[in-house]
Formats: sequence, structure tokens, C-alpha cells
Amino acid sequence: MEKILVGLKRVVDYNVRVRVKSDGSGVETDGVKMSINPFDEIALEEALRIKERGEASEVVVVSVGGSEAQQQLRTGLAMGADRAILVVTESELDPLTGARVLMELVDREQPGLVLLGKQAIDNDNNQTGQMLAALWGRPQATFASEVVLNGDTAKVTREVDVGLESIDIDLPAVITADLRLNEPRYVKLPDIMKAKKKPLDEIQFAEMGVESAVPVANLQFEPPQQRAKGIMVDDVAGLVSALKDKGLL
Amino acid sequence: MDFGLSDEQQLIVDTVRSFVEKEIYPHEQEVERSGHVPEEVGQEIAQKCKDIGFFASNMPAEHGGGGLGHLDFTLLERELGRGSMALTVFFGRPSGILAACEGEQIERYLRPAIRGDKFDALAMTEPGAGSDVRGMQCTARQDGDDWVVNGTKHFISHADIADFIIVFIATGEEETDRGKKKKISCFLVDRGTPGFEILPGYNSVSHRGYHNCILNFEDCRLPSAQILGEVHRGFEVANEWLYATRLTVATMSVGRARRAFDLALPHAATRKQFGQQIGKFQGVSFKLADMVTDIDAADWLTLSAAWRLDKGLPANREIASAKVFATEMLARVTDEAIQIFGGMGLMDDFPLERFWRDSRVERIWDGTSEIQRHIISRELLRPIGG
Ligand SMILES: Cc1cc2nc3c(=O)[nH]c(=O)nc-3n(C[C@H](O)[C@H](O)[C@H](O)COP(=O)(O)OP(=O)(O)OC[C@H]3O[C@@H](n4cnc5c(N)ncnc54)[C@H](O)[C@@H]3O)c2cc1C
Repeated sequence: MEKILVGLKRVVDYNVRVRVKSDGSGVETDGVKMSINPFDEIALEEALRIKERGEASEVVVVSVGGSEAQQQLRTGLAMGADRAILVVTESELDPLTGARVLMELVDREQPGLVLLGKQAIDNDNNQTGQMLAALWGRPQATFASEVVLNGDTAKVTREVDVGLESIDIDLPAVITADLRLNEPRYVKLPDIMKAKKKPLDEIQFAEMGVESAVPVANLQFEPPQQRAKGIMVDDVAGLVSALKDKGLL
Repeated sequence: MDFGLSDEQQLIVDTVRSFVEKEIYPHEQEVERSGHVPEEVGQEIAQKCKDIGFFASNMPAEHGGGGLGHLDFTLLERELGRGSMALTVFFGRPSGILAACEGEQIERYLRPAIRGDKFDALAMTEPGAGSDVRGMQCTARQDGDDWVVNGTKHFISHADIADFIIVFIATGEEETDRGKKKKISCFLVDRGTPGFEILPGYNSVSHRGYHNCILNFEDCRLPSAQILGEVHRGFEVANEWLYATRLTVATMSVGRARRAFDLALPHAATRKQFGQQIGKFQGVSFKLADMVTDIDAADWLTLSAAWRLDKGLPANREIASAKVFATEMLARVTDEAIQIFGGMGLMDDFPLERFWRDSRVERIWDGTSEIQRHIISRELLRPIGG
């Protein structure tokens, strides 16, 4: 195939203990380490492996977000992507708007495959890939733990609640990566230097001709309730009576 | 002035940090316990480091190295400093002094070191000559085109895994206004050269598994071609390299101190005594405040000294300041981290006792704290006739 499009979202690094802003308007990101959404990194790794097997000729990484997301795209380029596109918007992005932007990029780039993370670890929506597939009118394979390309089709193993499910889909399609799909590579030192010279195009969101969907408004962020201290019980009988005492049984 | 990292620098830092966490940390306990790095573990780390193009990142790009400047390399080493030295030594960083290789030395030493085919170690110190390196007794007598070497070096780090050693040897004496002064030359000595032995050294309290060795020379014959740089001018070759190694010690101390702090901080926030988190007691929280201030100060002092080297500005005093401050900071921070942990901090279930032990040598090797202070004060006083 000609081209794989990979989405990279800038999120708070997974090692950071997230804090809610004091005014409840969102999560604190000032001075906080930001990274590529880990599932997106896995999606990119898969795209690069496909390209290295000679089954694709170009990997394009795209991001929708503030201009700081350049940093994550540069990381993607250093990992081995060929070029990057940043759709610049300062506003909070809901999954449908994100999917519409990706759809517009799909129209412009005509990829043979779109690889995304199954969800972003910031809001954990798990919707963008599915919505993009619907807008595009193409098949989707979500929660992928193995991807085997076969000309115009792909065999995808999905991690579902009951175990592993294997499906065949026609390409072009949207595949979203689960945790066990692969282990992303380290960035190579020479590639860090080369990444600077690879093309990174910026497009303003307003120039995309995409309508913002605002079906969801964030009203208030609150930290989760502190968990009350648990008690240890000796055996099942103790457990049952403790649950009864609390009126839970 | 810009105190931020470039995207490239951030990527270098992130990559090395992640490498250390995934490839070094998992082996640390075993190395501490056995005092030894299994050969295959060392080789695997070196191979992975080569695979990602970080091997010899400090060496000139024209010979296949990574060509990093001092600041970039200092950032890289800061992250390496988080890991055990017995293991990070395999994250190849050949001695920068090898850039002085000329002619056939380039193919015999410089390039193999950059490729990771040959490991080097470096020997100055002797039982009778530590801080006073010029007082060395190890001598080479010229015999035709050869030099015949006799003497002993000790405390030579990782010579046990080295294929060749860069050795400083007295090759004569000259008269100066301040009396007799030894002329020193720098030799490249292959393991296995007749008359040359690499013997096990002492057991050190710091950096278990990172061994020091004793080198013995007995009528060891070395051709002139083994001299690095010019004969009698060994210290001139060494000077710039000495800068770099002092920066290494400083920045690794910063990395290790941050790792200790990263353990102490959450402990203070979770450990409860007298019905509250110990971090709520000012006696503990002020320690944390002092620790992070200390670490940041050492970090900036070190990075700015590296930046000066890159800019070609005089940096001798600044590097000495960074070395003495960062290593003494590490001693304070590891000590306080243990204090915050209480008794558990001394147990080898946590790496704190190790960081505390490891910190001790940093104030001694690559020029003791006293020698660094001597360098700093000399630079201040000499220009005004003091
Ligand atoms: C584990 C380890 C690994 C090492 N690895 C290497 C290596 O790879 N290669 C190598 O060449 N060397 C190596 N060294 C040697 C190291 O650099 C020396 O230990 C160091 O330079 C100090 O020398 P010394 O131990 O002989 O102490 P000494 O020089 O005997 O110093 C003893 C004390 O006297 C003080 N002192 C000495 N002179 C002065 C002065 N003028 N003013 C004030 N105080 C002074 C010192 O600061 C110190 O406190 C290593 C050392 C150790 C411990």
C-alpha cells in the first residue's frame, strides 16, 4: 500500500500523577511532562513495522492540538515516520470533531490504512477510531493485538472481553491498537538528528472546513474520592458477615 | 538566556531514561548481590545501545561516533547516572582522549572503540601517586624505537573488561624554575602485551560490580607507535579529556540524586506516623525542600559548565565547581533520603543504601574535593598574584 496514516495525541505522560486544577476547569498540564499517548505510540510502531516489511511505502503521523504537539510529532518522526501534519487548534477536542478532522486528512491523503490508539489515556473515550470508520464508510478493527496484512485485506486479532477474536477486514480500514500489539522501539540517536529535517506541516483548524461538534461540554473536574481504608478479613465467613454489617448483602 | 531543552535534547533525555529503566534497573539487584555482571548481560546492553545508535555518542561523527556536544552528552550521562555503573559502563562511551589517535592508531584503536569492538580503560593513578599524578613512579626508558616500561598502576576502573588501556607513564625529567619535573607520555597498551599484567584490584564499598584493577609492568616493551599524541606531552592530550570526565562525575551525581529523591518524596507523602503523613512534619518536609534545591543547583551548575565548554569559553573553574558541588550534594541527598525512609532506608530491599555507598567515591575519584577546591581557588588567586 501507498501510505499509512497514524494519529498521535499529546497527553500527560503516563508516569505523572494527574492533578485537577484548583478551579475544577480541567487537569493541570502546566510544567507537567507530556508524551505521545501510549496506545498511539504502539500504533506508530506497528505502522513502521509494516513499512519495514515492505508492505507500505510511507508513514504519515498526524496530530490535532496546540502547537506544542509538534514535540510529539517530532518524536514520531524520530521513531521513523516520514512526515507529519499538525492541525492546530487551541480548543478542547471531543472525539467526533477529532474524527472529522481525521476524515478530512484521509480525504486529502488517501491512505490505505489508518492506525490509531484504541483510546487516549487523558479522557479514555475510546471513540475516535470507531467514529472515523463510520464517517469514512470503511471497516474497523479495534483493540488489535495482532495485524497481518494480506494484499487488499487484513487479518486482525482483537482483544475482547471473552478472549481473542480474529477478523478479516477489507482495506482501506481503521485499526486501533491495544497494549499487546507490540513494544515500541527506542528512538535512535541518528534519527533524532534527522527528525529535524523531515517535513512537518501545520494547518490551522479553521482552514480544514470541519464543523466542530460540541455534543459534550465539560462542566467540572474533580479528583476521585479518597478510598476509605479497607479491612482484612480472615475467611469467607468473615467476608460475608462484614458485607452484611454494611448492609451490602 | 534559554533554560529549556530543545526537542532533540528532550528526546535524548527521554530515550536514555527509558533505556536505563528498562534495560539497567532490572539487573541491578543481582549485580549488587553477586558483585559481578554476567558477560551476556553486559554484551546485551552494549548491543542494544549500538542498535539504537547511542554507542560512542560522545565520539567524533567523522569516525562513526554520535558527535554529541558537551551539553547534549552531559544530559545523556545525567540520565545514565540513575543506573548502576557496573551496568551503564556497557552503554559505550569510549574515552574522549582517543580522538587524539593518529595514523594507523585510528584503525587500531579509535574506530574499534567507537564500534564497540574494543573496550578501553584509563590509568594514571599509582599506589604512591594519587592526587599528585606527576609524582608517578611508573617509567619508560627508551631503547631504540621501543620504550621499556616498569611500574605499577592501581585503582584502574573496568580494566577487567578492557581490551586496551590508555596509560600515563613518566618518560623522562626536565629542569624547571621550580625544580625537577617529570615528563609524561600517554601510551596505548594492549591486553596480552608481554610484560604487562591486569590483576584484580580491591573490593570497594562503592559501585559493586564495577571493578578496579592493578596493572603491572615488568620490562614491558612498547613500540613508539603506541604513544598517543606527542612524546612527553601526555598531559596536554589529557587535559580536555579530564574536563569531560569531571563533568561526567558531576552530572551522574545529579541523576542519581534525583532517583534517590524520587523515592524519598512519595515515601514522605504516604508513610504515616503519629496519625499523619510524615511529610506533614516540618522536620521532614524541609528536608525535601533542601534536597530539591541542592539537586537543582548542582544540575544547573553542571549544565552551564558543559555549555561553556561547547561555547569554547574558559571552563576549568566552573567544571571544578560543578564536580565538587554535585558530588557533595549527592552525599547530602542520599543521606537525607535514608533519613526520610528511616530504618528501611538502610536495607538492601531498597536501592537507597546503595546510592549512599556509591556516593562516597564520587568525592574521591577524578580529582578529590580538595583538589577541585585547589583548582577553583588557584584560578581566582593566580591572576592577582595570590
Ligand atoms: C574506585 C576507584 C576507581 C578509580 N578509577 C581510576 C581510574 O580508572 N584511573 C585512574 O587513573 N585513577 C582511578 N582512581 C584513582 C583516583 O583518581 C584517586 O583515588 C584520586 O585521584 C585520589 O588519589 P589517592 O586515592 O591516592 O589519594 P591521595 O592523593 O593520597 O589523597 C589523600 C587525601 O589527601 C588530600 N590531598 C592530597 N593532595 C592534596 C592537596 N594538594 N591539597 C589538599 N588536600 C590534598 C586528598 O584530597 C585526600 O583527601 C580510582 C579511584 C577509586 C577509589
